Amino acid sequence: MSIDPNAPLTNEQLIKLHSLMVQGRVLEERLIQMYKQGDGYFWIGGPGEEAFNVPLGMLIHKGQGPEFDYLHFHYRQSATLLAMGADPVDALRQMKNTATDPYSGGRNFGGHPSIRKWNIVPVASTIETQYTMAPGTAMAQKRHGGRGITIVTGGDAGTAEGDFATCLVWSSRPMEPLPVLMIVTNNKWGISTAAAPQHGEKNVADRGRAFGIECKTIDGNDPEVAWREIASAMEYVRTTRRPFLLESIVSRLYGHSSASGANPVTDEADCLKGFEARLEARKILTREQMDSLRQKFTDELQLAHRRVREEPQPDGKTIYDHVFQTRDLVRGG
Amino acid sequence: MSSMIQAVRMALHVAEERHGVTDIFGEDVGPPLGGAFTATQGLKRAWNSPLDERGIVGTSIGLGLAGCRNVAEIQFCDYAFNTIDLLKLGGMMSWASHGDWNCPITIMTPVGSGIRGSIYHSHSFDATATHIHGWKIAMPSNPKDAYALLLSCIVDPNPCMFLIPKALMRSRAAPGEEIPGIDVDDRGLSKLIDAPLGDRSKWTPQWPDTPDLFIPVGEAATVRKGRDLTVVSYGRTLPLCVKAADSLAAEGIEAEVIDLRWLAPYDWERIKESVKRTGRALFVNEDTEITNFGEHLARRTTEEFFYELLAPPKVLAGAAIPGIGLADNLEMASVPQLPSITQAMRDLAASKP
Ligand SMILES: Cc1ncc(C[n+]2csc(CCOP(=O)(O)OP(=O)(O)O)c2C)c(N)n1
Repeated sequence: MSIDPNAPLTNEQLIKLHSLMVQGRVLEERLIQMYKQGDGYFWIGGPGEEAFNVPLGMLIHKGQGPEFDYLHFHYRQSATLLAMGADPVDALRQMKNTATDPYSGGRNFGGHPSIRKWNIVPVASTIETQYTMAPGTAMAQKRHGGRGITIVTGGDAGTAEGDFATCLVWSSRPMEPLPVLMIVTNNKWGISTAAAPQHGEKNVADRGRAFGIECKTIDGNDPEVAWREIASAMEYVRTTRRPFLLESIVSRLYGHSSASGANPVTDEADCLKGFEARLEARKILTREQMDSLRQKFTDELQLAHRRVREEPQPDGKTIYDHVFQTRDLVRGG
Repeated sequence: MSSMIQAVRMALHVAEERHGVTDIFGEDVGPPLGGAFTATQGLKRAWNSPLDERGIVGTSIGLGLAGCRNVAEIQFCDYAFNTIDLLKLGGMMSWASHGDWNCPITIMTPVGSGIRGSIYHSHSFDATATHIHGWKIAMPSNPKDAYALLLSCIVDPNPCMFLIPKALMRSRAAPGEEIPGIDVDDRGLSKLIDAPLGDRSKWTPQWPDTPDLFIPVGEAATVRKGRDLTVVSYGRTLPLCVKAADSLAAEGIEAEVIDLRWLAPYDWERIKESVKRTGRALFVNEDTEITNFGEHLARRTTEEFFYELLAPPKVLAGAAIPGIGLADNLEMASVPQLPSITQAMRDLAASKP
């Protein structure tokens, strides 16, 4: 089913978008609290990227196999997962590395999901490697036909890795252009290193031009802009079966990760604040409604945190489990 | 009798015809060349990739995750070193996702010395490969095993590495060890499946009707029985070990030779049974001695049956140097050769508690 990118969002859609953005923010704040209370060894996530990540999740064609979108995410995508319908408690479980963590059984950091039934390939900490794998899933989709595309996300600093160039080259080969939506969320930082002194290119997206790849840099702090631009880029990739490079300017509201303290920053735009002011001005939601929504999510996740804390930790005896598969799951075996 | 490289090509043909292989790709893998070593000539699913090993491994993983069984080639293992983090990721798709994903791919690559390949076409990969867990790793020493091991890798639901010893690519099957279904002589087979020189655009191969052959994952072969010592090897050095053992028989030394064939998982039961019987173990391969897969096997041998041994386990491996020099004398001095293998076996047989 195709979506008209230029159709304005209905009030109902705006309310849903807002609700998911709030839930996404509250989830990240809960994860940070878990870390600070000793209920997790490391936090990394996407507070400040909700205006982009929520529309992305809402627009993804979710399912298993080449008919649906393949997703090669990095570690700031929790709001996208929520928008796709993931249970936020599972993010808490991964944070607390419980045996019940459905993404990795307590093996991986929080923010590193893996869901085969939704084509979410295991998120790896290795910067940019996901861009080398995207052409493979996209190749399978191109042959399969239909509207399924491959979506790959990463930050701006990582584009200096050769793997980013790999994706540009492999997805734009004249003999077989591929349906890859390459996304770069540009927060202008790589941990503590500012982008400006390191990167001569004006926009990361400009790098697509040399390969004949459609590209665009957008304001990722505005969810309506993000919705329109993601929908339009997706529609292009779905129908032309060619790549698109979308750069989204976003904020990093709690720094890089717990390694840099995970404390709120005040000098970057907060997409949620901006959006809420707009919803209020347009009389779509009142301040009270928005406050009580936030309170509801906060309470829910606080309770969930308490519950997850009591869930079992994985047994050391399981370390050898799943090194090899006996069944060919991806081929339906 | 086929050569090892022809055996690889025939296995790939069988794999694309009967086992659902959708892609065979890498640098110069497709037409017109069909592989730097001709492994992929005439195959329907073979295609040329950009010159980008990380892209090759990443795309292979991506295809695999999307359910496309595929075989990707790294032209020389010397050029796989820049893909190691991707190999690590490929090997942990199942483990990191707690069993949610699998990745049915095969990476094949020529390894080792023996063709005067100089510094950057002579590296070995077995020590590195066996350090990357989550992969099954096969390394043949003869054409029939190459055929069967490659097919076994391809049908496995896990990522597999298929390491082809360059020195043995042109070696022929021993009598009685042919792949069934080839009823022509060497020249006849070459006419059927080797691409002609010059313009190949109108050429199509005539594939012999070869069967499915598999070697159970992790199963080694005892290629020579003996009572005095056990020699465990694989790849290029395996035939040398057999030759050395044959010549030592004249001196009254009977060496048992095991062809490991799978380095991961490996056939510890067979090694154990043999070494416990002979009391002496020699592990031979040509990767650099520090640190070496043979060292691991020697360590396990020492730890698990020290008191049953008649001599300290020995490892004969490549010199611990950055590369292999081009000149004849340099290459010969860098990796185990027939004389050094024979001597090592003789010394071990003579060593008394
Ligand atoms: C290959 C690799 N190198 C270095 C790191 C350490 N590291 C983790 S995140 C990061 C910065 C990434 O910055 P960017 O790509 O802009 O993404 P952001 O985290 O800002 O969203 C670095 C250097 C890593 N995880 N992987």
